[in-house]
Amino acid sequence: MTARAKFAGALVLGLIFTGAARAQPNSCLECHGALEGGLQAPVELFKQDIHGQIGLGCQDCHGGDPAREDAELAMAGTFVGAPKRAGIPVFCARCHSDPAYMKAYDPTLRVDQLELYRTSRHGRLLGQGDTKVAVCTDCHGAHGIQPAKYPKARTFPWNIPETCGRCHADAEYMKPYGIPTDQLEAYRKSVHARALFDRKDMSAPACNSCHGNHGAAPPSITSIAFVCRQCHPSPGQLFSKSPHKSAFDELGFSECEACHGNHEIHAPTDAMLGTGEGAVCVECHEPGSRGYQVAAGMKEVITGFDSEIRAAGALLDEAAGKGVEVSEPVYRLHDVSTLLVSARDLTHGLDPAGVEAKAAEGRAQLVEIRAAGRAALREATWRRTGLAVATLFLILFALAFYLRIRDLRRGPRPPS
Amino acid sequence: MGPKTAGLLAFFDERFKIGALLKLAGKKTVPEHRHAFWYFFGGIALFLTVLQIATGILLLLYYVPTVDAAHESIVFIMSQVKFGWLIRSVHSWTANILIGVLFVHMFSTFFLKAYRRPRELTWVSGFLLFVLFLALGFSGYLLPWSELSFFATRVGTNIAGGFPVIGPALKQFILGGPTIGQSTLTRFFWLHVAVLPLAALALIGIHVLLVQILGMSRPVSLADRPARDIPFFPDFIYKDVLGWTLILILIGILCVFLPWEIGRKADPFASTPVGIKPEWYFTFMFSTLKIIPSHVLSIEGETLAILGFFAGGLLWLLVPFLDRRAAREKPSPSFTVIGIILSLYIAVMTVLTYTVPRL
Repeated sequence: MTARAKFAGALVLGLIFTGAARAQPNSCLECHGALEGGLQAPVELFKQDIHGQIGLGCQDCHGGDPAREDAELAMAGTFVGAPKRAGIPVFCARCHSDPAYMKAYDPTLRVDQLELYRTSRHGRLLGQGDTKVAVCTDCHGAHGIQPAKYPKARTFPWNIPETCGRCHADAEYMKPYGIPTDQLEAYRKSVHARALFDRKDMSAPACNSCHGNHGAAPPSITSIAFVCRQCHPSPGQLFSKSPHKSAFDELGFSECEACHGNHEIHAPTDAMLGTGEGAVCVECHEPGSRGYQVAAGMKEVITGFDSEIRAAGALLDEAAGKGVEVSEPVYRLHDVSTLLVSARDLTHGLDPAGVEAKAAEGRAQLVEIRAAGRAALREATWRRTGLAVATLFLILFALAFYLRIRDLRRGPRPPS
Repeated sequence: MGPKTAGLLAFFDERFKIGALLKLAGKKTVPEHRHAFWYFFGGIALFLTVLQIATGILLLLYYVPTVDAAHESIVFIMSQVKFGWLIRSVHSWTANILIGVLFVHMFSTFFLKAYRRPRELTWVSGFLLFVLFLALGFSGYLLPWSELSFFATRVGTNIAGGFPVIGPALKQFILGGPTIGQSTLTRFFWLHVAVLPLAALALIGIHVLLVQILGMSRPVSLADRPARDIPFFPDFIYKDVLGWTLILILIGILCVFLPWEIGRKADPFASTPVGIKPEWYFTFMFSTLKIIPSHVLSIEGETLAILGFFAGGLLWLLVPFLDRRAAREKPSPSFTVIGIILSLYIAVMTVLTYTVPRL
């Protein structure tokens, strides 16, 4: 056999083996692909599934032998088929609660989901035989499962409210549980939703940020404040040191939620403080009471300070509009605005003296900023006056030249 | 005039032959006709160049060419230095008006066929000056180290990098490294205040000398009409001064009511702002690159466009040698049509850049 013939033979054998490898039968996909409806759907969905992408197959969850062409033989032996709803958490946990197994695919993934789930409201009700509650597949899907970091995943931050709302916003479905179903609608109006949906701010809270993921449960009154403090530590600490803390505990009020609400949390405004319309303080404090007076005092300081900042900002805007460079006082005004934020924060500690001190510190800086703004406006006036005078002289100069040119044009011309 | 002043004048006249120069200027004449208005754009360009040099020298007193301090030094000039706002605004506004005036001067020269024999080299030196002033504008735009200038420079240098064969090496040379940084700022500063001004001054000397030696051209279309000339001094100079005064008033108004903005400091790690575009005089090329198909006859569209600009520039430079009819003092309507198409193309593409945001 010549070398060329040997090479040709090897090539043919190679092609045969490669073709054989590619033609490895998968009876699950072949049969389910020929079916209709729910039995056919997994074939398409599994193409986007993370399990399929990392090399797992149907048999890794459902058992059986996809290499067998005969359906009965393929579904013999280890085949477990589709699990019952009540058994789904344990079904998934066969791998997801096995640290050694999971390490081979994603060492960063937690393996305590089943334990957490059993502590959740969903898990406890499931344990009591209620199969309407959410199991793994309700939030993650069954055959199109994607990791939470994929933007199209049901568990990606900005998809979570919809995922939870599929059940919790369905009044008919939630009827047996007797809990409100307006959370999703309320959340959509909240400042948190604006940050998450409009600004795509991944740090903004969705349902799971406050209620937990696998261990989802409504926070109790005493723990709501700790939930909020995960992101808002400063007002929480100030509140804990304030006289409100013991009063709220005695009255059984939740802390942050009592004034700010829960799902429909709006961006706080100064109107919430004090004794005017929209103020939350008057819901507890009677006119003339000490608390009423403190609230009114803090409101007066804060609104006064805010007005002064706005006035200084308007002054600088006017100067900038007239073309004078005022970036340095604008930068300083940002510092003063930070003091206003601090003063507003101090209201959570019922600290009128602290609020006044912050405002006084800011006002001292505003004196210089206003002076810079007024100087900039004087500079703008000076520039315009200078331009008017210079332009007048230049126009006279141009006019003189124009008249001279006209005279020259009328005079005799030299021959070409 | 007192005896002391007369003595002083006589001293300088003896050494500089001022009297002889004035006598020569008095004898020099300039053609006067209905298209003579366009002659003044050359004088205005010269006046604006003087303003550029004067204000540029003053800016050098406070400008710091480092990435850490460049932007801050511009803020300092605009807010703290006495008349700094005026000097910087005059420099920036004048630079833009100068480029506009150069466009008008070049196209008016083209349409009047003033490039024809023996003024071929006046045209060539003028076109090279135009390219130098574009380079001065490009290099000066980065110096404030603002966000817009930083990203516009990135766009511009990417275009240069797309030039076939030498593109990557050219980009590397312009940037002084793989990305825009301190090396780029140093190079642009070096080009803007030393290399390009020296080259421009040398070319301006040649260009003005040629204009003085050869005089100003009379358009071909007026060949059959009786020639009428006016003295260069004082008639023509007076008109020049009138034009300079009017442009000075315009610059003053712009600087007071619309001082040249500083913008935010460049952040090399920030993502490119939406709708970033180069300075207005480069936008016709920028828009062309955006609308050209990705491939034209299996050639990459962007490469083809860059080659087209280069070839077009080369042909534009050689116009005096290509327009044989004008060289024989005959009308050359085909070149006029080419000029109209080109000027319309530049105008339309420039307007499109600002009116169609997502071109």
